[in-house]
Amino acid sequence: MEAEIKENLKYTKDHEWVEVVGDIVTIGITDYAQSSIGDLVYVELPEVGGSFDQGADLVIVESCKAASDVYAPISGEVVEVNNAVVESPGTVNTAPYADGWLVKVKAADVSQIDTLMNAAEYKEHAAE
Amino acid sequence: MRKTELYDEHVDLGGKMIEFAGYQMPIQYPEGIMKEHNWVRESAGLFDVSHMGQAILEGANAIEFLEEITPSSFSGTPNKKSKYTVFLNENGGIVDDLIVTKLADDKFFLVYNAGCKQKDETFVRKKLAESLTFRPLMDRALIALQGAASEIVLDKVLNLGEKGGFGSQEYMTLQEVQFEGGDLFVSRLGYTGEDGFEISIDGGSAAKLWKAILAHEEVKPIGLGARDSLRLEMGYPLYGHDLDDETNPMEAGLGWVVAKANKIKYENPKRRRVGVELIGKGIIRERVKIFAIDGSEIGVITSGGFSPTLQKTIAQGYVRTEFSALGTKVNVELRGKLLEAKICSYAFVKPRTKQG
Repeated sequence: MEAEIKENLKYTKDHEWVEVVGDIVTIGITDYAQSSIGDLVYVELPEVGGSFDQGADLVIVESCKAASDVYAPISGEVVEVNNAVVESPGTVNTAPYADGWLVKVKAADVSQIDTLMNAAEYKEHAAE
Repeated sequence: MRKTELYDEHVDLGGKMIEFAGYQMPIQYPEGIMKEHNWVRESAGLFDVSHMGQAILEGANAIEFLEEITPSSFSGTPNKKSKYTVFLNENGGIVDDLIVTKLADDKFFLVYNAGCKQKDETFVRKKLAESLTFRPLMDRALIALQGAASEIVLDKVLNLGEKGGFGSQEYMTLQEVQFEGGDLFVSRLGYTGEDGFEISIDGGSAAKLWKAILAHEEVKPIGLGARDSLRLEMGYPLYGHDLDDETNPMEAGLGWVVAKANKIKYENPKRRRVGVELIGKGIIRERVKIFAIDGSEIGVITSGGFSPTLQKTIAQGYVRTEFSALGTKVNVELRGKLLEAKICSYAFVKPRTKQG
């Protein structure tokens, strides 16, 4: 079964996705990522108000087998977190691009988005 | 990397293959570890454990030899009875844990860990008396069928005819059964805490038996991921994680495998294997350090993870004996933070094997 990749999102090489609306960036992990991590059993989200540099550890997701870091795709301040996935981590598996989103960040510098991959580039990256 | 006889079956079933002990093994199938785990607890699951070592020990004084290299007694053991035990080194440390089944006074069937195969075979050969032969069964596969539905499925797949069904086979016993003209060793045991069987079969017939069992809707294939979470819920130790050459059976809570006469050899253990329960959220895994409330380091987690049955984190590890009482409050260090935890029994879930 091929992993779903959404056309309108941007992607990192570490399999995070971002959706940009103005300077607010919603962050999650891709379908490819959730499928390779396996059933999520624990999600640790950052505090609202926390600031992160691009590439910093932002979220921890854990499956039965292991813990994985989710890195901040761009620098910014956390404005909202999805507490629903802390209660039901499996939502990240079933709806990685929708109800399974993780964090909303107010971008420090929106132009950092240009360093990310588009859907076609990510598709190639994920196939490697 | 080596493949078991069932490699093609795993790939056909969509198994996610990883390296384990030098073999390509399925960590999970498309349904995932959680569903696989629950399926074994609810119905029955089929595991390829052909990577494990199987051998026949045969000859005069086999009993004496086993009593020399393990702490267990085999002289009073009835034929076809299986025992869980450990190989011990000169210092009383555990070389491996294994199942020994008595086929006759001078013939035993041994099943040991994949990761210890070379080590075990060298260990046994080094000590082997001239009257004995030790013959690894390189061409045999091993299939585990685990879960409450195992018995009815096996009754359908392996028709025992006049012998009746598998219902009369007791826990921790072996019976030899014919399948496709070959001899199977069918042992009623396993490492999931459920009723079930491990079937040793000629490698060439393994795929046929695997498919015949999977044809029953009660059974799904289960990968190594769920195998690990199933045994962790039971508090069963995993060699290389919860047991090693430096650990003796008393520390490991395996005093029950040590025959009375041998117990005296061990002084009171300075550390003990315990269960650890996290008070808050988080997942503690191997190598997480355990601290006393006063801040002193008292032990380490040797395996841990999420329990699909209990829907919470469970772990086992070793702490200094004075901190091993149930209910003792401790802290564990997770990513630089201290989290509250307490010592509990490592048997998190009650076994449902045929006789407790």
